Amino acid sequence: MDTTTQHNDAAPPLTPTGPGAHKRATRGATRPGDRIFLGLSRGSGILLLVIMAAIAVFLTYRAALAINKDDGNFLTTFEWNTGLLPPQFGIAVLAFGTVVSSIVAMALAVPVAVGIALFLTHYAPRKLSGPIAYVIDLLAAVPSIVYGLWGALVLVPHLNGLYGWLDDYFGWTGILSWQGGAPRSLLTVGILLAIMILPIITNVSREVFRQVPQMHEEAALALGATRWEVIRMSVLPFGRSGVISASMLGLGRALGETMAVATVLSPTFDIKASLLDPGGGTFAQNIASKFNEATEFGQDALIASGLVLFVITLLVNGAARMIINRRKEYSGANA
Amino acid sequence: MSTPAVTDKRAGSLRGASLPKWFPLAVVVGSVAVAVAIGLGAGLDSKVQWGLIAAVLAVLVTYVVASRVEGRRQAKDRIATSLVWVCFLVAVVPLASLIWATAKRGVKVLDGYFLSHSMAGVADTEPGGGIYHALLGTLEQVGLATLIAVPIGVLTAIYLVEYGRGGLAKAVTFFVDVMTGIPSIVAGLFVLSFWILILKMGYSGFAGSLALAILMMPVVVRSTEEMLKLVPNELREASLALGVPKWRTILKVVLPTSIGGIATGVMLSIARITGETAPVLLLVWGTNFINTNPFKDPQGSLPLYIYQQYANSSGSGAAYDRAWAAALTLIAFVMILNLVARGIARWKAPKTGR
Amino acid sequence: MKLQRKNRRALALGVLAASGALALTACGSDNNSGKDGGGSSSSAAAAPGSVKCDSAKGQLQASGSSAQKNAIDAWVKQYGQACKDVQINYNPTGSGAGITAFLQGQTAFAGSDSPLKPEEIDQSKKVCSGGQAIDLPMVGGPIAVGFNVPGVDSLTLDPATIAKIFNGKITNWNDEAIKKLNPSAKLPDLKIQAFHRSDESGTTDNFTKYLIATAKSDWPYSGGKAWQAKGGQSAQGSSGLAQQVKQTSGAISYFELSYASDGIKTVDLKTGAATPAKATVENATKAIASAQVVGTGQDMALKLNYEPKEDGAYPLTLVTYEIACDKGNKADTLPAVKSFLSYIASEDGQKQLTGASYAPIPDEIITKVRSTISGLS
Repeated sequence: MDTTTQHNDAAPPLTPTGPGAHKRATRGATRPGDRIFLGLSRGSGILLLVIMAAIAVFLTYRAALAINKDDGNFLTTFEWNTGLLPPQFGIAVLAFGTVVSSIVAMALAVPVAVGIALFLTHYAPRKLSGPIAYVIDLLAAVPSIVYGLWGALVLVPHLNGLYGWLDDYFGWTGILSWQGGAPRSLLTVGILLAIMILPIITNVSREVFRQVPQMHEEAALALGATRWEVIRMSVLPFGRSGVISASMLGLGRALGETMAVATVLSPTFDIKASLLDPGGGTFAQNIASKFNEATEFGQDALIASGLVLFVITLLVNGAARMIINRRKEYSGANA
Repeated sequence: MSTPAVTDKRAGSLRGASLPKWFPLAVVVGSVAVAVAIGLGAGLDSKVQWGLIAAVLAVLVTYVVASRVEGRRQAKDRIATSLVWVCFLVAVVPLASLIWATAKRGVKVLDGYFLSHSMAGVADTEPGGGIYHALLGTLEQVGLATLIAVPIGVLTAIYLVEYGRGGLAKAVTFFVDVMTGIPSIVAGLFVLSFWILILKMGYSGFAGSLALAILMMPVVVRSTEEMLKLVPNELREASLALGVPKWRTILKVVLPTSIGGIATGVMLSIARITGETAPVLLLVWGTNFINTNPFKDPQGSLPLYIYQQYANSSGSGAAYDRAWAAALTLIAFVMILNLVARGIARWKAPKTGR
Repeated sequence: MKLQRKNRRALALGVLAASGALALTACGSDNNSGKDGGGSSSSAAAAPGSVKCDSAKGQLQASGSSAQKNAIDAWVKQYGQACKDVQINYNPTGSGAGITAFLQGQTAFAGSDSPLKPEEIDQSKKVCSGGQAIDLPMVGGPIAVGFNVPGVDSLTLDPATIAKIFNGKITNWNDEAIKKLNPSAKLPDLKIQAFHRSDESGTTDNFTKYLIATAKSDWPYSGGKAWQAKGGQSAQGSSGLAQQVKQTSGAISYFELSYASDGIKTVDLKTGAATPAKATVENATKAIASAQVVGTGQDMALKLNYEPKEDGAYPLTLVTYEIACDKGNKADTLPAVKSFLSYIASEDGQKQLTGASYAPIPDEIITKVRSTISGLS
């Protein structure tokens, strides 16, 4: 998606409102073949809108059914029990867990991903960077259930030592203390999510760094800059917004991740001060865990939480898109 | 504590303004050795910690030594270099472990029998059985989803790029973005209510395909849109100037030029939906028997198979073996798609003239 | 022109791939009798006698409780060897989802850990034309309380102590209350890690029902499929819990006895009787024997006796019901449903249960179940 910037000078119909597009469309529409084709393509656009509208209506309808009957406060209740009479459920714990695990994932993944992207574009030997880039591409497509399987059977047992160590040295901070339960906490989720979104962020960042105008780098080098100074002065400023939008894409995936979280978290409906202690939950994980035994009403309640997740993801994606669009202008001016 | 002293001595013997070429390697070897020593000495049983200690040591030592010998700017450069390397290594460890674990545990039961038999009559706790039903189901469901999503997705992208203007195009663009954010389980619930509960159709592979298609469409639209935008306007103008109708221009000039990129996008989106578990669980439902008809009765599915072997197996070794083998098959499938996509992309890369 | 030719080649490639996929459909097999362990071939000879396939044919969809999954697996295997024309696909989605799917008319029968609620029976009249859904008790399952305490091989607990442990009132293994019940055990100074189900579950429902019936003052919750006590840790599914107990030192959790394999030790329950009861199939059978039928009409819902006075009766059990229509089952699946349910209720079918760590249903009740099944229409 970032390759578009290369051809900004060729003035592709980025802005379909341009005069060229307008003229072509009106003239083309007079021929029968054109009319059919336009109808087909516009029709699929409309179909897409209809599907979206149907989903939105369905989500809000069922969510409203549930929230109306909620005896607790949907936003603040620390409980998810739809089987009670009257039912009590709230998304406070889920929102907290989703946000915290995503923040952890981003904090771990973004610097490392940027590091790898720089490594691949500026540090690694040519022969090495090609195959590594391919492997990372591949990892971006590994199904999340495989990450979940690996997380539960390989990663979690390996974290015992690390958690003990963190507790020994950083336990006094409160957020890194450990009661000695199984290492299936929000931090574990964050680590697994970080590993999952790393390839995505790396891929996009790499593309962005690759597009840094050669001239900028050469100019910096000619002035006697070290490699790091070249990166700091020409690569990072150019790529900053690209990296941000890449991170947002990763964040979008982290927020909605279901199966991988469900396999490594020990979900409980309370908020723990420490990241290392088991507990908490995320929206998607809660839906997957509770859905099987849910009654129709329970499903409605879960859909309501799904709607909240949907809105959050929408905001994140929207932000990413805004930043990407802004970067287009920025790089267009520099090309 | 002892490393700075040791490497100091090494560095002390250098009189130049720059460190020799073997310096980074020496630092790495040195810090790994010290980390192993500390790890063994302090009885740290987690290898992760050993690695972290080594990494921190390497970065610190590099900085200290370089700033003394080469000056601050060079030291910063060196520290950046070592940090980038550390990033790379830190990332490689879990990712390599993932691939290694899957490959090692996956090959145990992966053989011709496993690929060509279903789980019919095999309890989850027993050894034996295979993934044929699941593999077949996944291929059919993903194939159907592709058949639904690709035409709609590509046509929508054509509309947005070639015709789109005004409110409708803006709305479509916006909602395509919204659609990318649909959690897969929500798409599954939607199809469940609409297709199965309202239209009273039973569980089937096709119901799963509908949900997968909903997840796939926005990805196809996005990637196709980007690829169509890459087609130079000169090509369109040249064709139109020759009096070729617009629709023929799109079909004969624009699409062929960008077909490589579009195919890559489609392949990657297929890879993405192949691993979806949640909607499949709700709609395709799963079975242990071979069902070749995707339009009637439940089918198997690979991601679902992995999940069930993991979750329903009372932790029996045989089931875990099968889960890993199925995971390996799934990764291999995704990898082949990826390779095909790259092949197509290289083969048909748009000639941009730059 | 050149582009077109390439397209044609791509098309050919696609056709090739598609035909390859089609060819693949021809080479798979449902026949697994050759490969798996020796167990099946020896028992294969025993089964067919009691299985009456009649005119049963086709695929039977069923779903529900994961608690009886292993029992169904064993039955399906035996049944499938006798009746090759019937494929029974039991999907362990959970009792709630099983009942929902049944009430939507998606499945031929459902499995559930708890009997139908009145409103569910009302709803069932829509799918069972002229009849209603009924509960048929088929599988008894002891719920074991598994623990992992280094150096402790056997442990006796009473309901009140169990309630306190899971409610976070007792947090260390060397607590006085535990010591009093286990004077001879070497209890370490170790934090208790109590695990519960993260998903909603009939096992949780039955486990807490038992605590409510026997230790009301220490378990101040209303019960239900969702875990209500605060704190503790959780895992998905019984197998998730069993896995955590295996891995975590100081862990305690509850799951069906069939999951307590691979060296997981289980708690002996101190009941009203003189000696504590071990979690075994025989002891659970003894406790289920005193259950009473509370369902009305054809319905066979049971009420368990949680405080048996009999020596060695293990009262922490659950009963799984198969749910089908008494009248108005779908015509195309009826023969298969009848034939399969008759098999599992038969003597041979019930015998299979003990091998899979489940308890058979007492004779008196199962005879009634058999006659009900023969009347299904």
